[in-house]
Amino acid sequence: MRLTIPEEEVLSSGHLACPGCGATLAMRLALKALGRDTIVVIPACCWSTIDGVFPNSALGVPVMHIAFEAAAIAASGIKAGLIAKGNTHTQVMAWAGDGGTFDIGIQALSGAAERNDDIIYVCYDNEAYQNTGIQRSSATPYGAWTTTTPRKHPKQEPKKNIADIMSAHRIPYIATATVAYPEDFVRKFKKAREIKGTRFIHVLSPCPPGWKMKEQDTVKVSRIAVKSCVFPLFEIEDGKLKINIKPSKRQDVRDYLKLQGRFSHLKEEDIKRIQQELDKNWQNLLKREEAHEG
Amino acid sequence: MKENQKLPEIVVSSGSMKINKTGSWRNLRPEIDYSKCIRCMICWKFCPDACIKINKEGIKLAPRENLKKEPAPEIDYDYCKGCGICAEECPAKCIAMLKEKK
Amino acid sequence: MKKLLIGNHAVSYGAMLSRAEVIAAYPITPQTQVVEELAELCASGKLKAQFIKVESEHSAMSACIGAAQAGARAFTATSSQGLALMHEVLHWAANARLPIVMANINRAMAPGWNIWADHIDSLAQRDTGWMQFYAETNQEVLDTIIIAYKVCERVLLPAMINLDAFFLSHTAESVEIPEQDMVDEFLPPYNPEIKLDPDDPRAFGGLLPPKYYMEMRCKLHSAHRNALKIIEEEEKNFFKIFKRKYGLVDEFYTKDAQIIIVTSSTITSTAREFVMRERKKGRKLGLLKVRVFRPFPFEKIRGALKNCQKVVVIDRNISYGNAGIFATEIKSALYGFRNVPVFGFVAGLGGRDVQLEDIEGMVDFARKKNFSKDEIWWGLKK
Repeated sequence: MRLTIPEEEVLSSGHLACPGCGATLAMRLALKALGRDTIVVIPACCWSTIDGVFPNSALGVPVMHIAFEAAAIAASGIKAGLIAKGNTHTQVMAWAGDGGTFDIGIQALSGAAERNDDIIYVCYDNEAYQNTGIQRSSATPYGAWTTTTPRKHPKQEPKKNIADIMSAHRIPYIATATVAYPEDFVRKFKKAREIKGTRFIHVLSPCPPGWKMKEQDTVKVSRIAVKSCVFPLFEIEDGKLKINIKPSKRQDVRDYLKLQGRFSHLKEEDIKRIQQELDKNWQNLLKREEAHEG
Repeated sequence: MKENQKLPEIVVSSGSMKINKTGSWRNLRPEIDYSKCIRCMICWKFCPDACIKINKEGIKLAPRENLKKEPAPEIDYDYCKGCGICAEECPAKCIAMLKEKK
Repeated sequence: MKKLLIGNHAVSYGAMLSRAEVIAAYPITPQTQVVEELAELCASGKLKAQFIKVESEHSAMSACIGAAQAGARAFTATSSQGLALMHEVLHWAANARLPIVMANINRAMAPGWNIWADHIDSLAQRDTGWMQFYAETNQEVLDTIIIAYKVCERVLLPAMINLDAFFLSHTAESVEIPEQDMVDEFLPPYNPEIKLDPDDPRAFGGLLPPKYYMEMRCKLHSAHRNALKIIEEEEKNFFKIFKRKYGLVDEFYTKDAQIIIVTSSTITSTAREFVMRERKKGRKLGLLKVRVFRPFPFEKIRGALKNCQKVVVIDRNISYGNAGIFATEIKSALYGFRNVPVFGFVAGLGGRDVQLEDIEGMVDFARKKNFSKDEIWWGLKK
């Protein structure tokens, strides 16, 4: 047997995640990569509930829960506290949802990034405020149904480009990752562990109840997201972009959309528009990579 | 938590969620057909509940003789929520999702 | 060593001598000198602290929460709007039982913009679970920060030390700066047993169902009640080393006083002056300074007010739709104990000066009237 990711389980079973939860698979992989010398900060999000109920916890590492908007700075505060006590080795990881990253948490994240605080900031992105019942966030993609963007008036705005925002802060490491590519996921977290400064990892986390998809499709959907270039896998290291996976034959975005009930109301012109935006964004990304290599 | 157990002074959780047997959530139950399982561990890799264990003793039933001694995936039914990701991702298509008997 | 220090610098020195390990603060008038001086002290190496130049007060307190949970001694300072912005995480710090110390420069709330002395900012936070001290002098400010850390780390509660905008923050007074080794003798390093520690993994602040919530909050409340005793104990220890004492309250000529004035912060100094003047004229006036507001020192207040005929409370605040907050709480202490008339004066809001003549007028008013109204606004223009 040759395992392609670390064997040890840090996250234990018995947690409260929905069956098939992408965010939980993501945490399982992250902790395998980072190991036990890690402290996790969780703001208000699905993971506030998933970790368990007092007096029990499912994470095998220390956790501090914190208010919704403060994940990044709470992590910075913990890191400062550790350094004050002479501990420079323990990793501090903020683990926030898209709400706590793109919206209410963006100020603290920007502040931490501008100061280049020595933390790993992970946004597990299930593309809506899932924990409070599937309300839209600025990470919700164009056309998606949520409870605040109902079928008669689905989300009109495009998904906010968080990687670009973080890139503008000139932090040492930015990466995208998703659960269908666990080796790539683990590699990125291990790499992040070795870098000093603010490291930002954006994880696409399919959510069966929120995306109205089958529980067993979580990994499949995240794979198609990469193969159709809805969610390209890339890294930006010291400002230099490197795309990790370039599908030789890009999958049609329909394959991605048809697995998710949150897109079932889309008309043909919406799907065409989505495909066009996607094509444009993908071409731009390729051009940016080329510019960095040249 | 036991009723007579003393509460900590601060809101801190020091116990493990392993006491919560989420297997009771299941409607569908995955069953591995070891005569087809190629021991790739992809099911173990993708389980969000970390409830597929690696059985290092190996399993007697295998598609080939040399696989009998290989570590095999074993589902921990105390915790399996029946999401079906393992069945979906299995390249040998040897995991069946059966109706759970209550 | 005696030095002329403005209140803000007394704060900085207090934090430095307490060996604060993590400082996270955001500037706001009139607190800015606190942070500037702390930045200088860190840069010069006099203070070995991690200084996070946060981008908002909400982040300042959140950073302190993280640092304290990791086992470090955390400090911040703010005022008015900044304190209000922290409100959500003030609850968090207290509910998490973290011994964070914060200096708050008491300033009015906007709109309109008013940067001058008013107590509504801290009093609006009185229910968050933080201990609250109100300082009369810059010496008291410096000393109370050190005392607060000692108390906080014993009772596991955060504390805010309040000082009046400009009257203390920007006024230079002679302050005895304690020697570092003497402070170290009084205040040992902070090394909590239970903290964020990969060698002893725990989850802090997770889901707390109705089954246990009340019990955990009752523990917080009990810690407050217990802190009254701990404050007195630690102030005795402080006196042994530094020969200065303060108390939960300070009584000045209360034993045989017919009328007792109740004040807090800098109005106390003016009232003290007035009481001394009146005593020289043979008038039986007394003064009760409330220094510790949370936990509320019921027994001390009853003890001080047990013999007088009238009580004059001066509130530099108003709880809209009710009355001055100190007056309301003094009345609650007297309920079932004594039916003495309490004259609640609302004065000095937004930095308006409260002078000897004002206090004279208030006492005169109380002397002449036989009943007490809910609140009397003092000095309003017609």
